[in-house]
Amino acid sequence: MSTMRDFRIWRGDETGGALVDYQVEVNEGEVVLDVIHRLQATQAPDLAVRWNCKAGKCGSCSAEINGKPRLMCMTRMSVFAPDETVTVTPLRTFPVIRDLVTDVSYNYEKARQIPAFAPPPDLRPGEYRMMQVDVERSQEFRKCIECFLCQNTCHVTRDHEENKRVFAGPRLFIRAAELDMHPLDTRKDRKEFAQAEQGLGYCNITKCCTEVCPEHIKITDNGIIPMKERVVDRRYDPLVWLGSKIFRRRS
Amino acid sequence: MTEIERLSFDVVVIGAGGAGLRAAIEARLHGKRTAVVCKSLFGKAHTVMAEGGAAAAMGNVNPRDNWKVHFQDTMRGGKFLNHWRMAELHAKEAPDRIWELETYGALFDRTPDGKISQRNFGGHQYPRLAHVGDRTGLELIRTLQQKVVALQQEDDANPDSDGCIEVYAECTITEILLDEIGRVAGAFGYRRESGQFVLFQAPAVVLATGGIGKSYKVTSNSWEYTGDGHALALRAGASLVNMEFVQFHPTGMVWPPSVKGILVTESVRGDGGVLLNSEGRRFMFDYVPDVFRSQYAETEEEADRWYDDPDNNRRPPELLPRDEVARAINAEVKAGRGSPHGGVFLDVSTRMPAEVIRRRLPSMYHQFKELADVDITAEPMEVGPTCHYVMGGVDVDPDSTAASVPGLFAAGEVAGGMHGSNRLGGNSLSDLLVFGRRAGAAAAAYHSSVVGDLPQVPESAVAAAVETALAPFATESGENPYALQQELQQVMNDLVGIIRRADELEQALVRLAELKERAKKVSVTGGRRYNPAWHLALDLRNMLLVSECVARAALERKESRGGHTRDDYPDMDPAWRRINLVCSLRGDTVVVEHRPLPAMPVELLRLFDIEELRKYMTEEELAVLESDMTESAIGQSGVEAGAEFGAGRSGSTADGKEGTSR
Amino acid sequence: MTTTATGTEVRSRAKITARTLRTDRWWLAPLLTVLGLLAFVVYATIRAFMGRYYWVDDYHYLTPFYSPCMSQSCIPEAAHFGRPLPEFPGFIPLAVISLPFLLAFRLTCYYYRRAYYRSFWLSPPACAVAEPHAKYTGETRFPLVLQNFHRYFFYAALIISLINTYDALLAFNTADGFGIGLGNLILLGNVLLLWAYTLSCHSCRHIVGGRLRHFSRHPVRYWAWTQVSKLNARHMQFAWITLGTLVLTDAYVMAVSAEWFSDLRFYN
Repeated sequence: MSTMRDFRIWRGDETGGALVDYQVEVNEGEVVLDVIHRLQATQAPDLAVRWNCKAGKCGSCSAEINGKPRLMCMTRMSVFAPDETVTVTPLRTFPVIRDLVTDVSYNYEKARQIPAFAPPPDLRPGEYRMMQVDVERSQEFRKCIECFLCQNTCHVTRDHEENKRVFAGPRLFIRAAELDMHPLDTRKDRKEFAQAEQGLGYCNITKCCTEVCPEHIKITDNGIIPMKERVVDRRYDPLVWLGSKIFRRRS
Repeated sequence: MTEIERLSFDVVVIGAGGAGLRAAIEARLHGKRTAVVCKSLFGKAHTVMAEGGAAAAMGNVNPRDNWKVHFQDTMRGGKFLNHWRMAELHAKEAPDRIWELETYGALFDRTPDGKISQRNFGGHQYPRLAHVGDRTGLELIRTLQQKVVALQQEDDANPDSDGCIEVYAECTITEILLDEIGRVAGAFGYRRESGQFVLFQAPAVVLATGGIGKSYKVTSNSWEYTGDGHALALRAGASLVNMEFVQFHPTGMVWPPSVKGILVTESVRGDGGVLLNSEGRRFMFDYVPDVFRSQYAETEEEADRWYDDPDNNRRPPELLPRDEVARAINAEVKAGRGSPHGGVFLDVSTRMPAEVIRRRLPSMYHQFKELADVDITAEPMEVGPTCHYVMGGVDVDPDSTAASVPGLFAAGEVAGGMHGSNRLGGNSLSDLLVFGRRAGAAAAAYHSSVVGDLPQVPESAVAAAVETALAPFATESGENPYALQQELQQVMNDLVGIIRRADELEQALVRLAELKERAKKVSVTGGRRYNPAWHLALDLRNMLLVSECVARAALERKESRGGHTRDDYPDMDPAWRRINLVCSLRGDTVVVEHRPLPAMPVELLRLFDIEELRKYMTEEELAVLESDMTESAIGQSGVEAGAEFGAGRSGSTADGKEGTSR
Repeated sequence: MTTTATGTEVRSRAKITARTLRTDRWWLAPLLTVLGLLAFVVYATIRAFMGRYYWVDDYHYLTPFYSPCMSQSCIPEAAHFGRPLPEFPGFIPLAVISLPFLLAFRLTCYYYRRAYYRSFWLSPPACAVAEPHAKYTGETRFPLVLQNFHRYFFYAALIISLINTYDALLAFNTADGFGIGLGNLILLGNVLLLWAYTLSCHSCRHIVGGRLRHFSRHPVRYWAWTQVSKLNARHMQFAWITLGTLVLTDAYVMAVSAEWFSDLRFYN
């Protein structure tokens, strides 16, 4: 059962571009990425799109569909009304390379700044013992497929390019949380790093990251807010603050 | 001449999946300047798709498990066509490689006493697969990716250190370049983003490009799986082994059409899922082959008891090796007992409470919910075979992963031999780690050995590579690469698929030859910047070459074994077990040659019951074996001790030789 | 690209001028939030300064808006903790001891922050809809950095919840001994939901167990954390429900107190 549908796809590069209209065949059970592929094969062979697994596991085919950040491979055509025009645009927060492909290197640069896992020096491989209840919180964050939809939708950088310098974004906040909750990580300064270097304070917990996460990771409730609370433990606890003042005065 | 970015490294790794990243980490740890080049973004490689787990005989769940049992299972699964040495190294070193991942930050699921939990899987006698829910591949690649980043941070902190590790994402290698005397001198490719050419000058190149599945229409593989490494090796003068063996995973989704082929993890069966035909019968009981008869349950009652009491019951036949299950499903569908969309039913809904299903198989639950609108906690899934893995690959030396071309190494799916005629589930992730590490170490050692006399890339070779790469732009109004790819996929699916026949294979070769000619006239429009039509046009060349190898080898092997089933030769033939088919390129032609399979040493043969070997071996072999065994029974000593030692921690091998030396 | 950008060009984003390409009614949720919160604020302000109809003498109902009542201006029977504070002028609410803390608790609550940042401050109004502000520094500076004190308002809210519970229990003891009316059930229901809101707080979740690195070494706190986590998943619902029950409870007490209608009594 196939029908013709209206698509509008952003074509262009950093010098400019526009939404281009296409009429394309759509079959039962298809997802947006199938339709993009059909366009490539039949009408627009050089339409640039990044994709890999087409099963929602690799996080490559992120785009904005009718204005919403989504994975193209996990957006079924059946969610649109038959006469609805489907608009597909590149991720807005990152520089465009061509058509639907953007330069996501910002995310990799931020990832490179987080101090790596620091295992206990006295444990040898094979001697690690961790309890399931202790690894579960970090395991949730490790479900992340790095589609960067959260990074794209976060208004801190989406609407304020200049904040990219000081703000690492939700993906990297859950990385920080993952390491801070790792049962065997030995670094003690992850909270301070999240606050001072990652710009945790810029987050105003408006939860769009959680809303768009295709892995349904509770980024805000389980990652960012616990990290904020951990920072509060260190930075905003008046008793701790008082103690440090007194201690400093004495020395 | 076209502008070319020129970079110089000690070791270049092509592919950033599990094997590639592990190789690169190892080379960097050996103090080498290392580059990882990958077609996708960093961390998106096909390894993320692996669901079930990584097989390693750690014995955390069943202490009876050890490397010998793992070795036996691997050989059995591969129908004794595996390169014994690779299977041995793999079984011995896998636990170390898994434990190592924990030091990089991996978080596997745990046993109650805090060790790495292990799950059951097809063909493995004991629970053996280290796993994280059903997203083990993601954990593996993320862990290695983060280890690479950790090493980069070290490099940033010590700018004067020798080694380094750089990642070139979205960069495709189109040619391995050799120097005048036939040694690897570098790799040539283009950056997908800009279309600019890039030349990596390096004496050692590790291929870790994965498989060839994208040549098939129904496949669980991603677009990257175009057989690049296989083709690069062939064109560089190396050979491929076992290319006729292609694994069809028994359970891929069959509906809706657009997701046909997407994998349904084997853990569904490992955790209790059963296969049913349209009559509601658990048909796998009808398909237990003689060689496995003694190890599998004969009644549903026994099979069901096994999940809770594996020591006193035999395992359910749903957990037979993948080739057996895939063929059984194929046969049921052909006999008219299939599901509405041409598969069979895989049911967990009647076997476990909904809550347990959602916890143990979260991604399967979501995959079916979101892609097929099927609630697997309430209704059965529809599944059918899907092209999943190629057992064949670059012919390498087991210890060093070196191909016949000096400076060329291969690890992971692109390397051949390890899995014989059929790979066991879970053996792939451990394969990546074991041989990825070996490849990295061997490439580093090779670099050290040639550092005084580094090979130089001849400019003529660069010019030729540029010309080949630009050819699709030069042709006007030629063939559409997308159309050609679809035709190729159809040919491979229909004529070189799960069940093969001589006439169909011959027909396939004719069709492939036609496609090869037409591929020369492929034309693309637009510029070089991120132009997918151009990318496909270049990949197509590799897909066609590798497909031809598969078809030729499949036509040559006149028996059925593992991932190669011949309708016209339905039985396994012990005489063919002694033969490896080796593909190489002479000019433009693929040549297939017979080569004797390396013989397994007697001390490893002794791990098997003679009655079992009788099912696989020729009379002649058995006669020799029987006399050998009586002899060695008298004087075997050090071997067993050494082997026991190897089962624990070290990478030492049966003959006491260490790690990576050749 | 990850490590070595060719870097010859400065890249810019795709030039798409539309503020959003969303086609759904993304403005509905912030609009409803504005209406809901405004309605509550208006009602609460009027009632807090009204200074009467907060106590039902027959049945000892005290509205939470006036608890604890500790000024000389309070009706003596309504002052469960005595009247140590002097008489208040009309512009000071009688529950001045608790109201600022309750206001601060809700104002710094992680859910309400999301709600009003989105709907009042439009930062952002909805996901993938551009915000109108030219600059943004989030919660890094004064005054928003004070949001980090949520935890201390949580402690205060705990105490106030205890007081509300005490009020609700005292209401079973009427002038004629033990009795139950609809007002009792409303007061009790309100208190239960206030507890649910207070204990489902993210700070509470953190303090109870979230801050631990090893749950396995603290089984009791882990159990408590899992319970609070379950509540926490519904924190938003409790935030709205308790606004509703507060208004309902107060309105009921006001109505009975003003004798607009009489309490429905089940026993005594």
